[in-house]
Amino acid sequence: MADNERKSLGSRITGSMIWTSIFRTPFPTTRSERLKSILNNVFLHLHPAKLSRHAVKLKYTWCMGGLSFYLFIVLTISGILLMFYYRPTVEYAYTDIVDLSEQVPMGIMREIHRWTAHMMVITVLLHMFRVFMTGSYKPPREFNWVVGVLLLTLTLFLSFTGYLLPWDQLAIWAITVGTNMARATPFLGHEGPGAALLAIGDINLVTMSSDVRFALLGGRFVGESALLRFYVLHCVALPFIIMIMMSVHFWRIRRDGNISGPL
Amino acid sequence: MLELIKNTIDFLSQPSISLTMILVAFPFVFPPTEKFDVWHRKLKLHKIWTKQGGMIGLVFITLYFFLGFTDEHFSLILKKPDNVPIIFIIYSVLFFLWLSMYQAYENDQRLAAGEPVAEYYPAKEKVLVWPDLVFIEFIALILMTVFLLIWSIALPAPLEQAANPTLSPNPAKAPWYFLGLQEMLVYFDPWIAGVLFPSLMILGLMAIPYFDRNKEGSGYYSFAQRRKSIFIFLYGWLVLWIFPIVVGTFFRGPNWNFFGPFEEWSVAKVVALSNVNLSDYIWVKMLRIGLPSNPLIRESVGIVFILAYFGLIPIVLARGKLRALPEKLGPIRYGLIVFLALAMMLLPIKMYLRWTLNLKYIIAIPEAFFNI
Repeated sequence: MADNERKSLGSRITGSMIWTSIFRTPFPTTRSERLKSILNNVFLHLHPAKLSRHAVKLKYTWCMGGLSFYLFIVLTISGILLMFYYRPTVEYAYTDIVDLSEQVPMGIMREIHRWTAHMMVITVLLHMFRVFMTGSYKPPREFNWVVGVLLLTLTLFLSFTGYLLPWDQLAIWAITVGTNMARATPFLGHEGPGAALLAIGDINLVTMSSDVRFALLGGRFVGESALLRFYVLHCVALPFIIMIMMSVHFWRIRRDGNISGPL
Repeated sequence: MLELIKNTIDFLSQPSISLTMILVAFPFVFPPTEKFDVWHRKLKLHKIWTKQGGMIGLVFITLYFFLGFTDEHFSLILKKPDNVPIIFIIYSVLFFLWLSMYQAYENDQRLAAGEPVAEYYPAKEKVLVWPDLVFIEFIALILMTVFLLIWSIALPAPLEQAANPTLSPNPAKAPWYFLGLQEMLVYFDPWIAGVLFPSLMILGLMAIPYFDRNKEGSGYYSFAQRRKSIFIFLYGWLVLWIFPIVVGTFFRGPNWNFFGPFEEWSVAKVVALSNVNLSDYIWVKMLRIGLPSNPLIRESVGIVFILAYFGLIPIVLARGKLRALPEKLGPIRYGLIVFLALAMMLLPIKMYLRWTLNLKYIIAIPEAFFNI
């Protein structure tokens, strides 16, 4: 009885029936519990239970891959919150963004989303740089480097599609500059080399209203349908693809022998 | 005195001068061969990758930005909320470049002395991920969150006037990470600068592990063991990626004209554009017979030029300087590597042709949108 009274609040919580039902291992204090705490938790088991000493050093990893993943989660959460307030139409988009800062108390969600997006581009680039400088792309990790390059490309596309959504001058002109390049795509853009070859008799197949830029914008200029397309790409399509690629990336890190290191 | 420094920096920032300085310094700072390494050590450039070297670099960059923030013109650009990440990226790219090279040189010394690298620990010496890694990650996440919160509270996200398709701003700029591509538009048509080069960048990056057959230097920082691959990668990363982004963000003003960092962005600045095609040089200026009407004959010199560049150089190199490579790497791998390397060189080549000869296009077939 006396034992029970001396128990701290913390151990009462971690010893309770609810806690032990959620976490398969108690809060780890012994070596075997520490090992199990990684193996028995769906999030932590992204990691192996044990690692070489160099692999946990900040000097070696810079933590950039982990931070990129964390920033992606921050972006998902803040993005979902922004979606509650934002309507992707020419009529409402801009005013909804204005309302976000003027009507929402403590409205910094848009700031968090935007600056986190910039930060994620930087961390992904630096992660690539670290992986190169440690030669970590070498066998058996060749394919995971390829997946990583795709993830970098997807990160840039995610950031780019999000750039249009505030529907201000900065947004549409940046996207106009960016998508204008698509009209020069060889064969697939109406001002691209070789596009004139794709014709049946006198009828050009690749025109201003059928080229790759038209497919991207849903029109001949950055307008209503471009806004909707970029919204769907930004909020649904690209996150869906990047999440699948990230799963492959993380899975392959584990399968290819965890983090790289000298043999 | 201050004005003199600012004018000097303005002058040195011109792409023609800054790129030349970078290109000349590059092989001495990141020596790709033993010969350059001798010079690298003679010039004491290896000291950049020591703690003192890093501190000196940090002081210089900070002084530069301090000068920038106190300048009435440069501060306007630096204080643009969307340009803040560029300042971060300049600091972080240079810091992490230094950090990786510092560790690489340390490891090189260990390897030269026959010791194991700093990352090496005996196989049995493992640490538990809980707590040794999980806690580090947790602290990193908290620090990053605090950093983002402070950034978000201090700097409101930019929002300009509502979109107006009839009123284009001058300059109209892409997001910062694509400004390198926009900067390349000065020298190449969109199908190269906006489509071909980015595709080659992505494919080339993906191909790195399949090109680099060197088994050494896997899993630790090192330089001496993989000089050439690091040299090529850093050329792409710093010269073709980061440098054009910085130029496009800081030094390109109205009408995409060049402005030194301390110069005022004046719409009135006029730069004479008198760029001439290679075909004009040949048929009009040299032969004085006017342009032939058949575009293939008209552009024949340029076409031969480009075909020779991509077709002959790999063969000449395979017979000459790089004789050992085709056999070592296989003909396909060798061909692709040389093709991508030549494509990487095309940007500075075109830049210098523009700056020296006012050359507009090497091949100009606007009828088919095929301009190089």
